[in-house]
Amino acid sequence: MTGRANLLAILIIALAIPAMALAEAAVVDETGQSIAPVELPLPPSDLRVYDSPSDHGGSVSLSWRRSPDDGAGRGLVTGYQILRSDIPEGGFVEVGRTLKGIETFTDKQEVTNGKRYYYRIAAVSAGGLSAEVAAGPVIASQQWFNKKRANLLVVACILVVAIVYYIYLGAKGRDLYIRRIAGLEAVGEAVGRATEMGRPVLFIPGIQDMDNVQTVAGITILGEIAKMTAQYETRLEVPVSRSIVMSTGRETVRQAYLEAGRPDLYSDDMVHYITDEQFGYVAAVDGIMVRERPAACFYLGAFFAESLILAETGSSIGAIQVAGTAMPTQIPFFVAACDYTLIGEELFAASAYLSKDKKMLGSIKGQDAGKAIAAAFIVVGVALVTLATLTGNDVIGEAGAWIKNLFALRM
Amino acid sequence: MADQEVKLTLVEKLGRVDRRIVFLLMGIAVLIPLLVHYTTTIPASPIVQNVFDKVESLPAGSKILVSFDYAPSTAPENQPMATSITRHCFEKGHRIYMISLWATGPRQAMELIDDIITPEFPGKVNGIDWIHLGFKAGGQGLINTLLSDFTAMYTTDVNGRAVGDFPMMNGIKSLRDFDLIYCIGSGQPGNKEWIQFAGDPGRIPVGGGTTAVMAPQLYPYYPKQTVGLLGGLQGAAEYEAALIAAYPKYKSMSRVASEKMGPQVSAHLVIAAFIILGNVTYLIERRRQKKQK
Amino acid sequence: MKRTIPLLITFAVGLILIIAMFIPHDPFFDMDRNFSIFYDVIAVFAFILGGGNLLRVHLDKVYQKRRDWKYSIVTLTGFFLMLLAGLFKIGVQSTLQNGVVIGHWAGDFQGTGSLFKYLYDCTFQPLQSTMFALLAFFVASASYRAFRAKTIEASILLVAAFVILIRPTPLGYYLTFWLPDPLKFLTISNLSTWILAVPNMVGQRAIMIGIALGIVSTSLRLILGIERGYLGGE
Repeated sequence: MTGRANLLAILIIALAIPAMALAEAAVVDETGQSIAPVELPLPPSDLRVYDSPSDHGGSVSLSWRRSPDDGAGRGLVTGYQILRSDIPEGGFVEVGRTLKGIETFTDKQEVTNGKRYYYRIAAVSAGGLSAEVAAGPVIASQQWFNKKRANLLVVACILVVAIVYYIYLGAKGRDLYIRRIAGLEAVGEAVGRATEMGRPVLFIPGIQDMDNVQTVAGITILGEIAKMTAQYETRLEVPVSRSIVMSTGRETVRQAYLEAGRPDLYSDDMVHYITDEQFGYVAAVDGIMVRERPAACFYLGAFFAESLILAETGSSIGAIQVAGTAMPTQIPFFVAACDYTLIGEELFAASAYLSKDKKMLGSIKGQDAGKAIAAAFIVVGVALVTLATLTGNDVIGEAGAWIKNLFALRM
Repeated sequence: MADQEVKLTLVEKLGRVDRRIVFLLMGIAVLIPLLVHYTTTIPASPIVQNVFDKVESLPAGSKILVSFDYAPSTAPENQPMATSITRHCFEKGHRIYMISLWATGPRQAMELIDDIITPEFPGKVNGIDWIHLGFKAGGQGLINTLLSDFTAMYTTDVNGRAVGDFPMMNGIKSLRDFDLIYCIGSGQPGNKEWIQFAGDPGRIPVGGGTTAVMAPQLYPYYPKQTVGLLGGLQGAAEYEAALIAAYPKYKSMSRVASEKMGPQVSAHLVIAAFIILGNVTYLIERRRQKKQK
Repeated sequence: MKRTIPLLITFAVGLILIIAMFIPHDPFFDMDRNFSIFYDVIAVFAFILGGGNLLRVHLDKVYQKRRDWKYSIVTLTGFFLMLLAGLFKIGVQSTLQNGVVIGHWAGDFQGTGSLFKYLYDCTFQPLQSTMFALLAFFVASASYRAFRAKTIEASILLVAAFVILIRPTPLGYYLTFWLPDPLKFLTISNLSTWILAVPNMVGQRAIMIGIALGIVSTSLRLILGIERGYLGGE
C-alpha cells in the first residue's frame, strides 16, 4: 500500500508541476473563463558583450546565439530586447531592439567611455518576453588603431614606397622615361602664339579653393607658364574666384617673373579676384575673353558646370585652348571643345613635366607603378570572378572574393 | 582682298554653319514646345518600368519610405518623381512615410503636400495614409541606425507631434518594416547610400530616381541591388507614361516631367540633326578631296 | 626662412593628418574635419582681401577712365547695393514669434520683405539661371563642331553620343521598337542604358583610379617639399 501511495503521490506531483506552470501562464478573461495558455519563447544563449573595436569609444557590441524558437522550434520569436544598467543587480533600461534572426547589436546610446555597463537580453514574442540572459561588465574605450583601415594602410604604404623610390632614382640623376603629353607640349606653342599676335594669355585655375589639390596643381602650372610669359614679355591675366587663390597666385607669378629676370613686368593686377559665385565668375571671365580676346586660354583646375561655357566662349574668339581637370564629369566637355585636354592624372603630372625636374618626374613614374599594381590586381580579380562564374568552382570563387575584400573600404 | 576670298560650296557652307544659326535654331526648338505646351509621352524603359511594377505589385496598405534627398536647384528633375510616386502609391492604397537626409528635403516634401496631396487626395489623412517625419543629419550613419531602430531617431513628426500618436507608425521598428525604400536623390547622401547601407544589408527593396548626371553612377546597381531607377527628367517622364498607361485619368492632369520633356526632345533632335549634317558634309568633302588627289 | 617655415608646417601637418586617418583615439579623432573648419575660418577672413581687391581694381578703372570703365560702375553698384541691403537689413520687418516681438535688427536679412531677398530672387537667381541655360546652346554648337567621324575613335564616340541623344525622342523609339524579343537588347533604350552603365562607367572608373594616384603623388610632393611652386619666393 505504501508503495502504491508513494507512486500515486509522485504521479500527482509530477502532473501538478506542469499544471501549476500552465496555470501561471494561463490567462483568464474578465468573466473568469480561461483562455488558451500563452507560450513564452526560450531565451537566447551565449551572450557576449565587448568594447566595439577600432573606434573612438562610446560604443559596446553584443553578440548572442539565437533562441531555439527563432525561425525553428515553435517559431515564437519576433525579435530581441536589449537592456542595460550600470549595476548588475537591477535598474536595467531598454537600449534597443532587433528583429528575429539577428544575432548582433551595437549600443551607441550615450555610452560613456571608462564606465562599467551590464547587459541583459531577452527574446520577444507575441505572448511576452523570455527569461533574460545576462553578461557584463564591459567598458567602452578608444582604440589607438583602426583595424578596419589596415588594408588601406598597406595599399598606401605600397604606393608611397613606389613613389619615394622613383623620386630617389630621379634625385640620383637616372633618366626616367615619361611619355609625351600633347597638351603639355602645346603650352609653349600656345604662349608663343599669343606673343606673336600681341594678345594676352588667360589662365583660369579652376573655381575651387586652395584646399582642393586640383587648384594647387593649377597654381604650380601657373608658375611655369608665368616664367614663359615673362621671357616672351606676353601679358598674363589670371582672374580667380577665391581670395586665398588670389594671394597664392600672386606669390607664384611674382616669383616666376623674378626667376625669369623680369620682375619689372610683374603687376599685382595680373591676378585679380572676381567673385566666389560660380556663374557670376563665369560671366565675368566670358566678358574678359570677349573684350580682351586672349590668344591662349588655359583652364587647369577644378571645374563644374561652367566648363563648357568657358571652352565654347574661348573657341568663339579663336583662342588656342588647353584644359586640364580631375572632375570626371567635366572632362568630356573639355575634350569636345578644347584643342588639348589633360585628363585626370595628367593635370597632376603637368607641373613635374613642364619643370623637367628629375625628382618630380620620378614621382610621376612612381604613380605609374601604382597604376600597374592596381591594373594587375584588377586583371587577376576579374579573371578569378569570371572563371568562378563559368565553372562554378567554389575555391576560385572564394579566391576572387578574397581579392575583392582586400580592397573593400570599411570605415 | 575680295579676289582672294575662297568661294565656299554649298556643302562647305553647310559644314561650317555660323554658331549663331545653331543658337537660333536651338532657341526656337526650346521655345516652341513651351509656347504650345507640347507634351510628349515616352514609353517607360525597362529600368523605369521595373520600379513601377514593384509599386504596382505591392498589396494595398504597403509601407513606402520616400526619402527627399535633393535641393530646390534640382527640383525641376526630382520633384516630378515625387509627384508620380505619390499619385501611384495613393492609387494603390499604400502608405507614404516621408523623411529626408538633406536639410533642404523637408521643403520639397512640404511642396508635395501642398501641391499634390492636399488638392488631389483630400481623403488621405495625415498620420493614417501619409506622414512627414522631416530631416535628420547623419547621412549613412543615420541609415545604419534606422536599420536597427527607426523610432529611436524619429520620435516626432515634422510638426513636433510624437510618432506614437499616429496609427501608421504602429509596428514600425526598423527599416526592415518597410516594403520599399524610394529615394529621390541628387548627390550624396542619396541613392547609393540607401542601396549600400539599407537595401543590401537589410535585404530591403530599394528604388527611386536621381538627376541625369548622377544616373550613370547608379546603373551598375541595377537590377540586383536596386529594383530600378528614374534617370533625370526623362526617367520622371517615363514613370508618368507608365502611370497614365495604368491609370488613364492622369492623362488630363498636370504632368510636369512630360511637359518639360517637350523642349528637351526637340533640342535633342536639333542637336542630332546638326551632328548628321556636320558628318554628311565632312564625308562629302573628304571624298571630294580624295578624288582631287 | 620665408620658404622653410611653410615647408616644415606643410610636412608636419600633412604627416599628422595622414596618421590621424588610422587612429580613432583622441586627439586624432576627427582631426581632418577640424582642420577643414579652421581653413574655412581663414577663408572667411580672406574674403576681405578679395573684396578689397575687387573694389580697388574697379575704382581704379573708373578713376582713370580706362577702357570699358562703365562696366566697372555696374559692378560697383551691384556690389554696394547687395552689401548694404544685407548689412542694414533694409526692408526686414519686425515679427511676432511666440508672443515676443522680433525686431528689425534681430530678423533674418533674407526674411520676408527684405530688399536683399527681393534682389536675390528677382535679379540674382534669374541671372544665374540664364548663365546655366547658356549650356544648352553651347552643347549644340560644341556637338556640331566636335562630333565628326575623323578617326575610328571619333566615329565610336559619335555613334554612342547619337544613340544617347535620340533615346528620349520619338525617333529613338520608332527606330528600334519593332525588334523581336531576342534582339531587344539592341533597342535604343537598352543600348543607351548599356552604354552609360558599362563603357561609360569603365572609362570613368579608370580615370578616377588615375586621379586618385595623381592626388597621392602630388600630395607626397607637397608634403616632402619637392613641389614648391605655390609658395612664392624668398
